[in-house]
Amino acid sequence: MDRAATSEKIAALIEPFNKKGIAISDATSFAGDLEFDSLTVMDFVAAIEDEFDIIISMNQQAEIETYGQLVDAVVKLKG
Amino acid sequence: MTDLFSKFDPLIQMRTDLLSTGVTDPFGLVMEKVISPTVAMCNGRETILLGTYNYMGMTFDPDVIAAGKQALDDFGSGTTGSRVLNGTYAGHKAVEQALCDFYGMDHAMVFSTGYQANLGIISTIAGKGDYIILDIDSHASIWDGCKMGDAEVVPFKHNDIEAMEKRLKRIPEGAGILVVLEGVYSMLGDIAPLKEMIAIAKKYGAMVLVDEAHSMGFIGPNGRGVAEEQGVLDQVDFVIGTFSKSVGTVGGFCVSNHPKFEIMRLVCRPYVFTASLPPSVVATAATSVRKLMHAADKRAHLWENSRVLHGGLRERGFKLGTETPQSAIISVIMPDLERGAAMWEALLHEGLYVNLARPPATPAGMTLLRCSLCAAHSAEQVQTIIGMFERAGKKVGII
Repeated sequence: MDRAATSEKIAALIEPFNKKGIAISDATSFAGDLEFDSLTVMDFVAAIEDEFDIIISMNQQAEIETYGQLVDAVVKLKG
Repeated sequence: MTDLFSKFDPLIQMRTDLLSTGVTDPFGLVMEKVISPTVAMCNGRETILLGTYNYMGMTFDPDVIAAGKQALDDFGSGTTGSRVLNGTYAGHKAVEQALCDFYGMDHAMVFSTGYQANLGIISTIAGKGDYIILDIDSHASIWDGCKMGDAEVVPFKHNDIEAMEKRLKRIPEGAGILVVLEGVYSMLGDIAPLKEMIAIAKKYGAMVLVDEAHSMGFIGPNGRGVAEEQGVLDQVDFVIGTFSKSVGTVGGFCVSNHPKFEIMRLVCRPYVFTASLPPSVVATAATSVRKLMHAADKRAHLWENSRVLHGGLRERGFKLGTETPQSAIISVIMPDLERGAAMWEALLHEGLYVNLARPPATPAGMTLLRCSLCAAHSAEQVQTIIGMFERAGKKVGII
């Protein structure tokens, strides 16, 4: 799956967690713009992991702050 | 200069706001005199203790106290050294033997606190390239152990068997896996479905560590914990426990049947680089652990207390953390921190101490009044406690 297709899938998965309807770009940050708290992060990560059949460990999550970084990480994890 | 303390400003503000309402500081209570395992003097008032981890009421046991006094006389006030240098006395070996006998296991290793037991064991056995699969509601000492060990840390939703299996399934083949679970989760007082979870963990080739801090002495036919109660203790690779709850003193431990377990004494840094427990502490612990092997009557009375308090509070309209009483912890869910603190203070004025627990220690941002029962609470005290809750709850407007 290429980056665009991955991005599209992740955008769909974010929607239920994007309570304020923030416009998503590669620079959108999860903590700052989307205001995800730790519980939201857990549920959202679980949704991504289930969709792509991957593990994003907490060590990897610590490196992911923005939407663009998440898409890159998923592309890389999917190989 | 950047003030390194500025990161604490939000918490300082939150405390200032709370205390400006005139409420007594819930995190500044001092016990002036302790009368028994269940009663102390707080602010000059005789207060029933319902927020300690003294589940089996061992702190004033005459045999336990006599053993401690004798050890002070015979071995002095402290060891002034590491377990691997000059800090292992006869008492340290004796308490480790008592733990082996209590759990029916081959090896026991005693740490200076329960926190250090989790920190040391988890960080030492799960290193770079290994995977730790753990419940999201795990205790701080487990999280800190994960962080210190450099393993890949993968949490799953609390007590969710399916979520745990999904994560295990995706771990790369050949990687070392440690599954970390707790018998009783201390915030809500709920227990884990260890039987199902451990079966799945074993299916994926994981080693299993279970923290039984809040179940030792009380849950299971021999007080060995939730894993014993559910008939899977023989499947657990490492049991973590503490002396600071049912045992009634301080210290932590790990028991295991792993054939190579003794090497941990040389490689586990929170074990090596700290002073060992004082002789009086290990003497009281050993005596208490041996007495807990024969405490079936006290276990039965504590279960009765748990059932009566759970039923009584529910009947009076309080919202509780569990549908049924599952442990010695009954958690009362408060609508918010302000009313939680007000209720905590109203109970203190009634002469009752409970724990006020708030985020980040609590799951899902909840404010809780955590009641932990003791086998030494009389049936009459439990009724008194229910009456105090009812009056305080009406005063604060929670029921």
